[in-house]
Amino acid sequence: MQPLRFATAGSVDDGKSTLIGRLLYDARALQEDQLAAVERASQRRGVEGLDLSLVTDGLEAEREQGITIDVAYRYFATPRRKFIIADSPGHEQYTRNMATGASNADAIVLLVDVTKGLLAQTRRHLEIARLLGIRQAVAFVNKMDLVGYSQEAFRKLDLAGLQAIPGSALRGDMVVERGDALDWYSGPTLLERLEAFQAGAEQAASGPFRFPVQLVSRPLAGQPRGYMGRIESGCVLAGAPVQVFPSGKRTVVRRILAHGAERDIAVAGDSVTLVLAEDIDISRGDLIAEPAQPPLETRALEVTLVWLGHEPLRTGGRYIVQQSARRTLARVSSDALQLNDIGQARLALHVPLFVDPYDRVRATGALILIDEATNQTVAAGLVR
Amino acid sequence: MLAERSHLDWLESEAIYILREVAGQCQNPVLFFSGGKDSICLLRLAEKAFRPGRFPFPLLHIDTGHNYPEVIEFRDRRAAELGERLLVRSVEDSISRGTVRLGSENQSRNAAQSVTLLEAIAEFGFDAAIGGARRDEEKARAKERVFSFRDEFGQWDPRNQRPELWSLYNARVNPGEHVRVFPISNWTELDVWQYIARERLEVPSIYYAHRRPVVRRRGLIVPVTPLTPARAGEAIEEVSVRFRTVGDISCTCPVESTALDVQSVIEETLVARLTERGATRMDDQTSEASMERRKKEGYF
Repeated sequence: MQPLRFATAGSVDDGKSTLIGRLLYDARALQEDQLAAVERASQRRGVEGLDLSLVTDGLEAEREQGITIDVAYRYFATPRRKFIIADSPGHEQYTRNMATGASNADAIVLLVDVTKGLLAQTRRHLEIARLLGIRQAVAFVNKMDLVGYSQEAFRKLDLAGLQAIPGSALRGDMVVERGDALDWYSGPTLLERLEAFQAGAEQAASGPFRFPVQLVSRPLAGQPRGYMGRIESGCVLAGAPVQVFPSGKRTVVRRILAHGAERDIAVAGDSVTLVLAEDIDISRGDLIAEPAQPPLETRALEVTLVWLGHEPLRTGGRYIVQQSARRTLARVSSDALQLNDIGQARLALHVPLFVDPYDRVRATGALILIDEATNQTVAAGLVR
Repeated sequence: MLAERSHLDWLESEAIYILREVAGQCQNPVLFFSGGKDSICLLRLAEKAFRPGRFPFPLLHIDTGHNYPEVIEFRDRRAAELGERLLVRSVEDSISRGTVRLGSENQSRNAAQSVTLLEAIAEFGFDAAIGGARRDEEKARAKERVFSFRDEFGQWDPRNQRPELWSLYNARVNPGEHVRVFPISNWTELDVWQYIARERLEVPSIYYAHRRPVVRRRGLIVPVTPLTPARAGEAIEEVSVRFRTVGDISCTCPVESTALDVQSVIEETLVARLTERGATRMDDQTSEASMERRKKEGYF
């Protein structure tokens, strides 16, 4: 089963670090030396016992300031599945890092302090997660112990329609264990909810077939040319008709090779080599797709941009566009966009791109803009 | 009905995708191969990514001169079996050049590797260096991008990393700069051993239980070698041990073990009560931010 990748949103004050620490601790993902380090750090700060918020301590600057600057990845497993946590920053000034963490997430866990409700910073995180197409979200309403585990306090919250789980990261209620203070709540614990979410490739498998070509193998010893890449959406069968872009030529898949072995079928998430029935001129960046559901060919692209560069957008300026395995140049027209702004833009492309709306196919609907001079990634774009 | 993909299939597929992106985007990449278990997995992944063709990069080992002979023998043999080019650059040469200066002859050369590594990258003009680092190893590594930018001084700036969205990796650099690329970022120690088992990969013999003279020092089992002799008052014991991580002799410790084969190592990993580096590395234990500081200076 594919690991489930989820991002966490919320601030240190909401208890985000404590929640992750609790999840790892109760899921028995922490080893003795990690616990000993947490215990030493707890003592230095004058805390009795284990301060689980110290488990996720990261960079020196983060420890100094008590904040998360950049996303940290953590790993744990239950008997049911493996998990990758993208522990993401919430502060607006670190939106670029938050977006990095959320872009590959299958789900998001929003942390809400029951005494404060959904904070602006957490709402923004949710907004970006939704923009990035994360459909699976759950709110963990924390610090229930501070309100006497009151059902009334929980019910009163406005949680933007999110499914919510009441609990206490500090005491360990409804994270991995149910605890005994929340008898009125009959829904899943946070971990049970996470175990039931769907991972990305499971979702992508039902989309139209999309295979961006990463590399072309040289014909060796009479072997035909192979096209290497990863199936980003849908699936393909040996013998299936396909169409190649930009040439538009149609042919059929003769063989599917996965590391020396031959396969009848390959699905989203599989890195494979395709051999086609006819010799077509194909190079890196070309797209092999399903003729019945072709991508949109365009040189004028309407996108939503999340601006990630320290320099503001130069409207009318030239940027490199990277979309699947393809790179070209674009002139970008848009309203003024500065670091962390989200806005609509139009890209005039030097050569056509082959895209899908982001909501339909993530891999072909996503792009980044790169500054030619600095090589910095300055924006994330979503095809509308 | 489709065959269920295991988590190893998914991790493997992601790593192959990353390796192919390096080949597609970079002019002059290299792959760090130390003979250790993580880089052994990288070589198998590279075979799966590029065979029947040749690897689009040579292999590079930075030899501290303080390595276990079993590992060096394995390194050379594996490279020869694959028929791929192995480059070796040694800390000893950097010492001769005067670019590495050590306090004493037997001082750990682990940190000095960074100097030799950056010299090798400059010598060959590599624009990408693929390594087997994993995010679960250490908290500084937990923060690292898959394609991680290094400036002209080889420095990592953890406070200002490039955004990295979806699988849209940006490997563009100016001359003199490079990216480090970590295809097995998302693998854990257990994943690595399960992959070694599934792929029937050979690893150097010191990864399995063997008897070795050791002393116990500050909770670690320290091997007794000509480089790391017992200190006055320490009792030398012969203990059945294996290495969980293999690096410079002067800073890598084995753990007690009876695991003679890969399945037994997996079983021990499943019930291990210490992390891989916590049980074995002297270099990570000097301060809370040892790895972060070394990485900023160009360490792998």
